[in-house]
Amino acid sequence: MSLPLLLSLAMALFAVSAYALVASRRPGCSRQVYSLALAVCVILLGMALAHLLAGQTSATLTLPLGLPWLGAHFRLDALAAFFLIVVNLGGAIASLFALGYGQHEQAPERVLPFYPAFLAGMNLVLLADDAFSFLFAWEFMSLTSWALVMAHHQEPANARAGYLYLVMACFGTLALLLAFGLLAGPDGGYDFATIRAGTVNPGFAALVLALALLGAGSKAGLVPLHVWLPLAHPAAPSHVSALMSGVMTKVAVYGFIRIAFDLLGEPIMWWWGGLVLALGGVTAVLGVLYALMQHDLKRLLAYHTVENIGIIFIGLGLALAFQANQMYASAALALTAALFHVLNHSLFKSLLFLGAGAVLTATGERDMERLGGLIHPMPWTALAFLIGAAAISALPPLNGFVSEWLTFQAILISPELPQWLLKFLVPAIGALLALSAALAAACFVKAFGITFLGRPRSPAAAGARETDRYSLSALFVLAALCLLAGILPGLVVDGLAPVVSLLNGGAQLMAQHDQPWLTLVPVVDVKSTYNGLLVLLFMALSGTAAALLIHRLASNAARRGPAWDCGFPEANSAFQYTAGSFAQPIRRVFGSIVFQARERVTMPPPGDLRPARLEVEMHDPIWERGYAPIAAAVVALSGRFNYLQYLTIRRYLSLVFGVLVLLLLGMVLWR
Amino acid sequence: MALIADYLVQGCQMLLILLLAPLLTGWVRTIKARLLRRRGPSVLQPYRDLFKLLRKEVVLADSASWLFRVAPYLIFAALWVAAALVPTFASGLLFSWTADLIAIVALLGTARFFLALAGLDVGTSFGGIGSSREMMIASLAEPAMLMMVFTLSLLAGTTELSSVARFMLTAEVGLRVSLALALLALVMVAIAENARIPVDNPATHLELTMVHEAMVLEYSGRHLALIELGASLKLLLYLSLLGCIFAPWGMATAGAGLTAYLIGMTIYVAKLAFGGLLLALFETSIAKMRVFRVDQFLGAALMLGLLGTLLLFVSRSL
Repeated sequence: MSLPLLLSLAMALFAVSAYALVASRRPGCSRQVYSLALAVCVILLGMALAHLLAGQTSATLTLPLGLPWLGAHFRLDALAAFFLIVVNLGGAIASLFALGYGQHEQAPERVLPFYPAFLAGMNLVLLADDAFSFLFAWEFMSLTSWALVMAHHQEPANARAGYLYLVMACFGTLALLLAFGLLAGPDGGYDFATIRAGTVNPGFAALVLALALLGAGSKAGLVPLHVWLPLAHPAAPSHVSALMSGVMTKVAVYGFIRIAFDLLGEPIMWWWGGLVLALGGVTAVLGVLYALMQHDLKRLLAYHTVENIGIIFIGLGLALAFQANQMYASAALALTAALFHVLNHSLFKSLLFLGAGAVLTATGERDMERLGGLIHPMPWTALAFLIGAAAISALPPLNGFVSEWLTFQAILISPELPQWLLKFLVPAIGALLALSAALAAACFVKAFGITFLGRPRSPAAAGARETDRYSLSALFVLAALCLLAGILPGLVVDGLAPVVSLLNGGAQLMAQHDQPWLTLVPVVDVKSTYNGLLVLLFMALSGTAAALLIHRLASNAARRGPAWDCGFPEANSAFQYTAGSFAQPIRRVFGSIVFQARERVTMPPPGDLRPARLEVEMHDPIWERGYAPIAAAVVALSGRFNYLQYLTIRRYLSLVFGVLVLLLLGMVLWR
Repeated sequence: MALIADYLVQGCQMLLILLLAPLLTGWVRTIKARLLRRRGPSVLQPYRDLFKLLRKEVVLADSASWLFRVAPYLIFAALWVAAALVPTFASGLLFSWTADLIAIVALLGTARFFLALAGLDVGTSFGGIGSSREMMIASLAEPAMLMMVFTLSLLAGTTELSSVARFMLTAEVGLRVSLALALLALVMVAIAENARIPVDNPATHLELTMVHEAMVLEYSGRHLALIELGASLKLLLYLSLLGCIFAPWGMATAGAGLTAYLIGMTIYVAKLAFGGLLLALFETSIAKMRVFRVDQFLGAALMLGLLGTLLLFVSRSL
């Protein structure tokens, strides 16, 4: 019943897109487009929520579209419903934010037509139930988001980001295409129902998983396929950045889950779980280390997306390893942790990107070295951003902590795994996860502290004004959701139960809503428990009690005065700590290994009037060792084959003939 | 009736740690002074300092924001709740299941996060230097601490502290290599987290070496009092943690009755006194290290914790 309605609503987004194409230069069009997108997203969100919470069975639908012998298959099950919630929640709030933010857009005709289409594309990926519609929607999503990245294409950095994004997106789709080809087998059963029913031989299953990891991982930003992400996500307008980072990466995670847990059917070899786990751990730590070295606020946030994708993949890898050993109860915990983090990351990453967008509108600056002191002119934005920063740093009682806590609990039950390699790998991954959580806190002290605290570092930052009401309400809806998911995690876990059960052969965590005080009890009662509600309550009580008692009984007098300067007045705000100086100790400790960071101090001799200089040299190991050689090889090869462009017709024909003969020979040998 | 008694005992524990925390700080200072052949202030001096600070007016820097004024209360609340969740004189109290050891570590992280932000708020170099170094230290101390938690959890099968304490009292624990490594890691982390020598010096105001003191340099009056009290609570928390995990003897169980509670309290205070004595001895016998040696110190703690965990993954009997 609801599936046709969902599809027609997704189609309605295309209609909005078409309207925007015609009317985008008209005044007021931006507001119309965003309100329509907001309305559609809210309805889609409500329907997906209703589907998931009511525990409805999956619905399917076939339309005579697409390939004539296949048709377009659509299906709504618990997994799709959960991701629909993530997508449309993000979409609705980004649209709400854009009601205000979109007014400042310089080139609305480059944003408005693609924005609803992008939302529709993401919705269709989740609903698709055959390989063709899936890939079509996937590619559509990639291309519309590429168009949005290129909205401000005049800046050379954005054009480069768009190019890299396009290359990586094509590579990812190619990998997925091959994965589906292997899944469908020689008979070409491309609809997911046939794929699910069939079996794949173990060698092919491993290959499918590798291709899915490449295809979905390149979209999600798994190291080493992440290089495009920190360039492309910040290049788009901020509400689109929020969607790309908070939501589109989740669609990629959905793609991986769909293939690895649903379509492959059989549990795969355990070492694939280990591989996914290791990739997740490396991604988490490298992502946050890259983020710490960034001074561009939006790029810093994009690198944090890489980190959080790593955390999600740690959970998924654990689940794969548990499933391969038929430990479905443990796999349920790992899957719940991963899916919970999917939801959490979509909430706080959207919040942070939208906050960065508000800062960008207020100051026109993304470089943290030129911001500062924004908490004074923009107190509300600062508060919302602070909540997001605390949530992503996994601080209790907010939501980021709950999913990391669940992941830790899943890691703690892993000694029951029989394989020795996993036994050694998992504690190391636990250490990496702990390291990434601690570094994330350091990174967000930097991001919030340098941007919002201190004194303004540029006239633009000094002249900032609070953002508009629409943007603020979007920020605060997200902040409230971060808090709610943090203090009522049991309800979220219960909501996730049908999804976990679908992916996990019927096993799920026990019901949480009837636990006393809504405590989170992942495994059994003797094991560990966490209650965010009580932690918040205790903190609120003790903090308020302290404040009241001190103000009532002791003193509440306050006086303003200049800051302590050791008798050496600071001439200007450049004397403050900067983003670079804040990260310096961490760069020295970690960066000297990972990025080969070197510092050079040039100190002129006394009497020389030249200023002293500090130069920092850093290398990106993945770009320089991985991508640069490949790019160089491609350039060299194309240079070598350049002469093929200038052949005579005779030579072209003989070339074609030669290739044909070769292929036929190959066929003969293959038979 | 029984429920009211449970609430009362839980409330007692919260008040007890709040009252004991400054005493512990005073005790450590006195011992250190005696070891240096100074007479030193009275053990009660921290209480006097706190009351004096509470009654004084606050001097705020011109560029201080609302965060600067809210942070002390938040930091104090987070640290107090964290400290109150560690079993002290009795295990298995009414709300002992609210947060496990991982959540307690994370609550300490919450306090540190806001303290570091408060250090950046005024926009002076001192605050920045403190915040930046504190976060560098924490980025290694927190994983080391979590590795220690993993080791414990692998042995006890839980991360909830009351259950861990009960497990540690059972005969099957015995002497283990992994526990020794975990103890060492926890002590190293405790030293770093509490800004003690050799990582940081709580008594210094020299720019080159300050970490914790640099962050709170702008604080005064009641705000400073709360932060000082929070620091005392944190020291108490780590000593209680060491006591509860590695020396859980004499701890009463929930509902054991008033006498058992009183005995438990006496033993707890004795444990704290002994821990404070050891800390003072250690601090006076070692020199402070350079800031960029701290990463090696804590890296060692992290490796010890990881080694302990790996040993247990290999064999449960190690």
